[in-house]
Amino acid sequence: MTAVIDKPHLTREHALDLLKQMIRIRQFEGKCAELYTQEKIRGFLHLYDGEEAVAVGVIPVLEKRDRIVATYREHGQALVRGVPMTKVLAEMYGKQEGCSRGRGGSMHLFDSGTNFYGGNAIVGGGLPLAVGLALGDRMQGKSIVTACFFGDGAVAEGEFHESLNLAALWGLPVLFVCENNLYAMGTALALSESETDIQRKAASYRMAAEAVDGMDVIAVEAAARRALQAIRDAGKPYFLECRTYRLRAHSMFDAQLYRDKAEVEAWRRKEPIVRLQGWLQANCMIHPEEIERIYSEVAAEIAEAVAFSEAGTWEPASELTRFTYAERAAQEKAAYHE
Amino acid sequence: MNETAHSAMIELTYREAVREAIGDALRRDSRVFLMGEDVGRYGGCYAVTKGLQAEFGPERIRDTPLSESGFTGAGIGAAMAGMRPIVELMTVNFSLLALDQILNSAATVRHMSGNQFGVPLVIRMATGAGRQLAAQHSHSLEGWYAHIPGIKVLAPATLEDARGMLWTALEDPDPVLIFENIMLYNMSGRLAPDAGPVGIGKATIRRAGSNISLITYGGSLWKTLDAAAELAKEGIDAEVIDLRTLRPLDDATIVASVKKTRKAVIVDEGWRSGSLAAEVCTRIVEQAFWDLDGPVGRVCSEEVPIPYARHLEIAAIPQVAKIAAAAKAALGRA
Repeated sequence: MTAVIDKPHLTREHALDLLKQMIRIRQFEGKCAELYTQEKIRGFLHLYDGEEAVAVGVIPVLEKRDRIVATYREHGQALVRGVPMTKVLAEMYGKQEGCSRGRGGSMHLFDSGTNFYGGNAIVGGGLPLAVGLALGDRMQGKSIVTACFFGDGAVAEGEFHESLNLAALWGLPVLFVCENNLYAMGTALALSESETDIQRKAASYRMAAEAVDGMDVIAVEAAARRALQAIRDAGKPYFLECRTYRLRAHSMFDAQLYRDKAEVEAWRRKEPIVRLQGWLQANCMIHPEEIERIYSEVAAEIAEAVAFSEAGTWEPASELTRFTYAERAAQEKAAYHE
Repeated sequence: MNETAHSAMIELTYREAVREAIGDALRRDSRVFLMGEDVGRYGGCYAVTKGLQAEFGPERIRDTPLSESGFTGAGIGAAMAGMRPIVELMTVNFSLLALDQILNSAATVRHMSGNQFGVPLVIRMATGAGRQLAAQHSHSLEGWYAHIPGIKVLAPATLEDARGMLWTALEDPDPVLIFENIMLYNMSGRLAPDAGPVGIGKATIRRAGSNISLITYGGSLWKTLDAAAELAKEGIDAEVIDLRTLRPLDDATIVASVKKTRKAVIVDEGWRSGSLAAEVCTRIVEQAFWDLDGPVGRVCSEEVPIPYARHLEIAAIPQVAKIAAAAKAALGRA
């Protein structure tokens, strides 16, 4: 972690903010798991426990105008991007105050206000979308980067290879962020890939690619800064493999028969919050009361999100078919001719 | 008679009508671009886009790798980023490689995002049998696509629709799929040089009649009109409806015709089981059951992969004689 500590952007204030963002995701999702057992949240619920350093390291480096395409494990991405926690939790409650009106749930958080193009629950399905967003921006002369998050499971999909090839072939401003947590649901990377060094696959498409310790938020941020600078300078894609680990089950229905408890415990000792907090403490950069303050601020935000979601309302079933198609086709048609 | 207007009509093929529609769209709106396999330097598998890259350049007539899912998804993303892409999939059979993007993204995003994002994308593809291209280039799967809420499905059968539907589809805020039957590309006719957009969502009566309603679309329209001409020789006055839009279906036109003729046969190049013809039949039964004088008939493709050999291919898909026979059977004159 000391390798990048001298970078001017790593002020004490910034480090505390990174810590807070990670704690915010962790505590929020802890509450989500609790609400799931209470059946306030239903369906599939995929938690990010252990992987927080990826979203927190990458997303704040993006500009407001940039775009994000995420996966079904995207609560962290949405929160760091600035989708209000109230709207994220209300979505998981299925309430119409949710960020997708309760239509998407945990796996499909959308927010046009922050250019958040959704949790995509088709593994690999978001990559072509990200390529297209970048193509559209490039053709319109817009200086926008699209950040596309996906897991190691997506690497086995054809869409991964099609998308990397298209982005490199056409020179499109996409930041591919592979969250390699070593398992596609329960299938270990080594059981599904002949080449487990994922960034090499990107390099084979003549794309700038690097792997980074995804449990080290500062290393992730430094890599993201390098990547974004390269994309903005050259207008070409960049591939960032963040090597991380999912400490909890794949979803709430997963008995985790496919991995040893000892393996999970070993990774838990490397997890990103403990790591950053320990480093800050060792370097006398944080006071215990500051940590307490972070936890109490986060608790208050979570309490507010729960209250907001509890008070939320159900979209009337009479509106079920709304927005299958655009409603104001006539107006949009008129706008088209302007 | 307006001689000036008459002489101003131009002779062209369906293929040229589609090409003019594409060129016109690119000229009119800088957000429109076309991408697909071999659309540029090659000029299109069916020569539809021949010459367009020379006029518009490789950015706007964009050749793609053989990555149907990748470039269809890229079309969706580009549409969401403010462009108006036209994605060409070489044939409906190949579109299955892009089905994930069409169904799970394009058709879904508006509803699933609570109306925050839409996908104003047009996807064109060739469909149908008749060129001895065998079982991986000849199927008619537009009926499958018509099953999907969130998209619109068009089947232009005439020069006017080939020229005018693209314009309307590009104005639509939601994804529109256009199916061009391969047997129509060489069909020629006359069209006004300034032919413009046509409405979608409405069926059209191509031949008015009083004895039976023959309901069809796409490549089968012309066979059905020929069948109607045969039937006329035998004193049977058939009405021929061109569905034009397969989703949403224009129930009103179908039901009004059936209420008038009291008999119906549906002609659909898709396979019979679970077909668009089944859907049309069901709607007739739901909405005009008491107006029918007999069972609704269907002429569909035989339930086999379309074979290569000419005589087998002919036997596999709807033909004029089969349509006329089905109409006579429905009238009890078999």
